[in-house]
Amino acid sequence: MSEHIVPPKIYLGVFGILMAGTTLTVIAAFKDFGAFNIVIALGIATIKATFVVLYFMHARYSPKRTHLVIICAVFWLAIMLALTLTDYQERPILGDRAAPDAAHQLPV
Amino acid sequence: MHRTGELYGQFQTLDQQKETAALGMWIFLVTEVLFFGGMFLTYTINRHAYSAAFGMGSNTLDIYLGGFNTVVLILSSLTMAMGVWSAQVGKKSLVTSFLILTLILGGVFLGVKVVEYKQKFDHHLIPGQNFDISYCAKNPNACTDLSPKARETEDKQLEEAERLDPNLNSHAQLYFSLYFGMTGLHALHMIVGAGLLLWLLKESVGGRFGPAYNTPVEIVGLYWHFVDIVWIYLFPLLYLIDRKAGR
Repeated sequence: MSEHIVPPKIYLGVFGILMAGTTLTVIAAFKDFGAFNIVIALGIATIKATFVVLYFMHARYSPKRTHLVIICAVFWLAIMLALTLTDYQERPILGDRAAPDAAHQLPV
Repeated sequence: MHRTGELYGQFQTLDQQKETAALGMWIFLVTEVLFFGGMFLTYTINRHAYSAAFGMGSNTLDIYLGGFNTVVLILSSLTMAMGVWSAQVGKKSLVTSFLILTLILGGVFLGVKVVEYKQKFDHHLIPGQNFDISYCAKNPNACTDLSPKARETEDKQLEEAERLDPNLNSHAQLYFSLYFGMTGLHALHMIVGAGLLLWLLKESVGGRFGPAYNTPVEIVGLYWHFVDIVWIYLFPLLYLIDRKAGR
């Protein structure tokens, strides 16, 4: 077999990184970084996810066409998120929450 | 279908067969990314629109249980990866042990989820007729499982949130609808994964997986790690969005 065998040492290392990331994200959540709290949380989550994909899921050792599939997934997800969010950004429903427009209120 | 040993007729080598299977699984996972992506998008838009209610809802979740579950799930990913390694190097009894460990950790995760859901039922936080975000503030005797300090900070936050959002109760309901929708779908994926693990376990006990053929272990592994990644995003988004200022 020509497949690449990832040694347990690497798996344990990745596990360590994931644990450190989890600890860090909990610590960061209790500190006030203003608007950056969410950026930090998602940034750490993305780093963790990248390690899982590269090593646990063997993407690093996979053929190029698997890389293409993964990149497509991220790209399409980015299109969906970016275009929808820019659209919502321009709508009144995301206006001032302190005084929501009565027309947009949900029935209580 | 014509088959020689583990090799199906349309493939020339086991390597080619494995690569094809992995590619198929990855393409399935792309559809899963977009499927969960839609839910994350819905969550993001509503969280942005009703941040006071979402912060309030998020802070009723138990960060210790959520954190514990995150550790359990990442650990189960490690044992799954070790299961793949054991098959690749031909340690057949280790494959079985690691699969059992993965299954147990998955079970622990789902068990903790049951405890969390039960508490939300008891605190009237299930979307519907009897939903009441201020239930614990009004009936402190019904929420004795919360520490007095947790209740105090919750009451304070509730006051502030009600001032910011006159429609707090319905927007908090929206948060819990998304919470149960997203964690519920995630849990459903875990249950499917547990079923796949049981099947792997049966085959593994029969000594089917070794260096020459371990495709099913690898493919179920891909699925299991994907479910882990979903939780890696769910944990900060659902549990940690409004914890600053020590709440």
